[in-house]
Amino acid sequence: MKIFGLRGGVHPEGRKDMSVQGSIRTLPLPKKLYIPLQQHIGAPAIPLVSVGDTVLKGQLIASAQGTVSCSVHAPTSGTILALGNHAAPHPSGLPVPTITLESDGADQWIAIETVEDPFALAPEDIAERVAAAGIVGLGGATFPAALKLNLSRNSGVKTLIINGGECEPYLTCDDRIMRERAVEIVEGIRLIASAVAAQEVLVGIEDNKPEAIAAMQAAAQGSAVKIAVMPSMYPMGSEKQIIQVLTGHEVPAGGRPADIGVLVHNVATAYAVQQAIRLGKPLVSRIVTISGGAIKAACNVEVLIGTPVQELIEFAEGYTQPAARLVLGGPMMGQQFTQTSVPVVKGTSGVLALLASEIGQAEASPCIRCSTCVRACPVGLLPLEMAAHIRAADLSGAVTLGLKDCISCGSCSYVCPAHIPLVHYFNYAKGDLAAQERAKLKQEATKKLAEGRSERMARIERERAAAAAKRKAAREAKERAAKEAAAKAAEETV
Amino acid sequence: MNPIAHSPHAHAPVSISKVMATVLLALLPATLFGFWLYGWPAVELWALSLLAAMLGEALIVRMQGRKVRPVLMDGSGILTAWLLALSLPPYAPWWIAVLGSLFAVIIGKQLFGGLGQNVFNPAMAARVMLLISFPLEMTTWTVPKLSPGWLDSLRITFLSQPLDGMASASVLGHVKTEFSRGVGLDQALVGYYAPLDALWGSRVGSLGETAALLLLVGGLFLIARRIITWHAPVAMLLGVAVPALLFNLIDGNHYAGPMVHLLSGGLMLGAFFIITDPVTSPNTVLGQALFGFGCGLLTWIIRTWGGYPEGVAFAVLLMNAATPLIDQYIKPRIYGRDSKGVALPVNKG
Repeated sequence: MKIFGLRGGVHPEGRKDMSVQGSIRTLPLPKKLYIPLQQHIGAPAIPLVSVGDTVLKGQLIASAQGTVSCSVHAPTSGTILALGNHAAPHPSGLPVPTITLESDGADQWIAIETVEDPFALAPEDIAERVAAAGIVGLGGATFPAALKLNLSRNSGVKTLIINGGECEPYLTCDDRIMRERAVEIVEGIRLIASAVAAQEVLVGIEDNKPEAIAAMQAAAQGSAVKIAVMPSMYPMGSEKQIIQVLTGHEVPAGGRPADIGVLVHNVATAYAVQQAIRLGKPLVSRIVTISGGAIKAACNVEVLIGTPVQELIEFAEGYTQPAARLVLGGPMMGQQFTQTSVPVVKGTSGVLALLASEIGQAEASPCIRCSTCVRACPVGLLPLEMAAHIRAADLSGAVTLGLKDCISCGSCSYVCPAHIPLVHYFNYAKGDLAAQERAKLKQEATKKLAEGRSERMARIERERAAAAAKRKAAREAKERAAKEAAAKAAEETV
Repeated sequence: MNPIAHSPHAHAPVSISKVMATVLLALLPATLFGFWLYGWPAVELWALSLLAAMLGEALIVRMQGRKVRPVLMDGSGILTAWLLALSLPPYAPWWIAVLGSLFAVIIGKQLFGGLGQNVFNPAMAARVMLLISFPLEMTTWTVPKLSPGWLDSLRITFLSQPLDGMASASVLGHVKTEFSRGVGLDQALVGYYAPLDALWGSRVGSLGETAALLLLVGGLFLIARRIITWHAPVAMLLGVAVPALLFNLIDGNHYAGPMVHLLSGGLMLGAFFIITDPVTSPNTVLGQALFGFGCGLLTWIIRTWGGYPEGVAFAVLLMNAATPLIDQYIKPRIYGRDSKGVALPVNKG
């Protein structure tokens, strides 16, 4: 198995040993679950239940809306308490439309349909069942999985890559799921492969996970699934980077992996696919790493979607000392949160309580142009130059330098000796750019409407004038005719 | 709880002051050797340079209404003054050090906008200013291991009283003079150039520039600590050695060989400590290599045909001016794009 080089990249301190030892545990059934309607990229789902309804575990409670969307299922059995707003797992903590479910303690499944031979299913059927199960990319991007399958099948995928990189420090949920549920994952991988008719299936795992590699190799024995051991480096778990390392090809700028015949799914997504197809279970839970220097007993837990983060922290025996920062996801790309009432959603890979010493935050000093960021960038950008342009409010200059190609991995910020929040600059600029483009579109639409209106007015004016002219001509003709008739009559009377 | 913070929520254990401290540490062996070689006047010159730079920087930053403490604490001013001191004749008078340091931190750095904003290497700009303005003081060399006493040293530094054995020429200066008299290289170098002395640094020259081996050790330490990369230094050494070797093979009596060049003047200091200055060198590894090679080539050209015996400082300033141009043309290829920035073609093969 040939491994190609990754350019740039950084070696953040792993800190995975805190949570990697014990096997995956199950969180006790929470009393209340807060299930946001939007746990994916795209349009939010439309609720199908009303307050007071009783639901069973796995029951569809909100359905996908539009092409890029995903269904939501009840994570346990119980009563719908509210359809309203609840704090979002987002730095703002602002409330978002959420279904509140009170569990009845029975955790009773809805009647589910198991499939004896899932490999006999037609590719479209697999994609349909994945859509029905509400599966999104569990690696963090939360793109609806079925949509990705359909897009890939339509554009002819040759290579299926399964991402077991897990390059974010602290996170071990993918490592643990590969160690403990390798057989199910491999079956899920084979189902995805058959859904898109892939010719080649590669599972990329970083070399700092020898147990996961061994488990996956054993499970893949005799199948077409190949395990590829990759060097440990951040951001190896990024889609574009894993494609580069495993195939030597690059996704064209502005394009998708399908453009070069590649589809990438995460190992946890493959597991969810297996659970959905063979057992008929929709996505109602996921594995989450609870870790960080401020957590007493770091571990991996299987959590129902909608469980408040507070219960996870309590399950991990709480804090050793007050946390300087709480983060959802990994420390490199994760998001800070401030309220522990926020729920675990489909894309939540980690709940971290970090100490100030782990964050290593310091006030920014001037850029000394050391170009450490240039060497760290896995995309080949010039972060220092881009930041200088953004600081000077020259967004188009930053775009020329490749702002839109930035994957926001944070490698540049991580290594900057001046502690300049480079990736913050870029995300800010990208947001500004998107707002500008939206404004431009709006302006164009307004302009079009105005143009249409003036054209319409001119047309009406023209038509009016023409009608008036016609009327005038008719009147004149009539008058002429009357005159002529009068003259004729006069002539006759003479 | 702190205000909302942006990812990443982790940081490599680095900072600018740590970087500067590491560079200072790497300079220490060559500096201590210079102190041992030339005695108290060298120590006084070094201390005066640092002191003047600190005071000068504090003054100008205060005048600009900025906070003085963080500027002084980043260590860049100390490093500039330290590098300048190492490039001065060890028995230079006190005002040379003070004037040079003030010029370096005030005109060379802070008037451009402070750390990270200057176009030219402040230490080299100061050295060239001194060399052009005070050619006598800047080329009055001393024989190593003269070791004057404490009182004599004060007289040398503060009263500019020369000592016996002070007026001697450096290797490059001597060769230049001998050439102008029509003396060939084979005779000129006799008694003036011993390869082993040149390697250790026990020869006539600037305070901390002569110990080629110790500077090399410091440079390798910086490479090992990933403070600098090997590209620019190796390119500079090649930029000097390649033409030197070529011309030496063509006419050995007129062109000194690569070893004489590599172990003379400020080449080692320049290659590992001056041209690796992040502020005034290009962004990319390839750009840095090109920059280094240019520095080397210009150094060799100035030494060989220029009016001055030594050319490192001039070469560095000339290439500093070319840095924006190099950065304009040499950029990394962006993922998913070709070298011209056009998106790669869609290829399903």
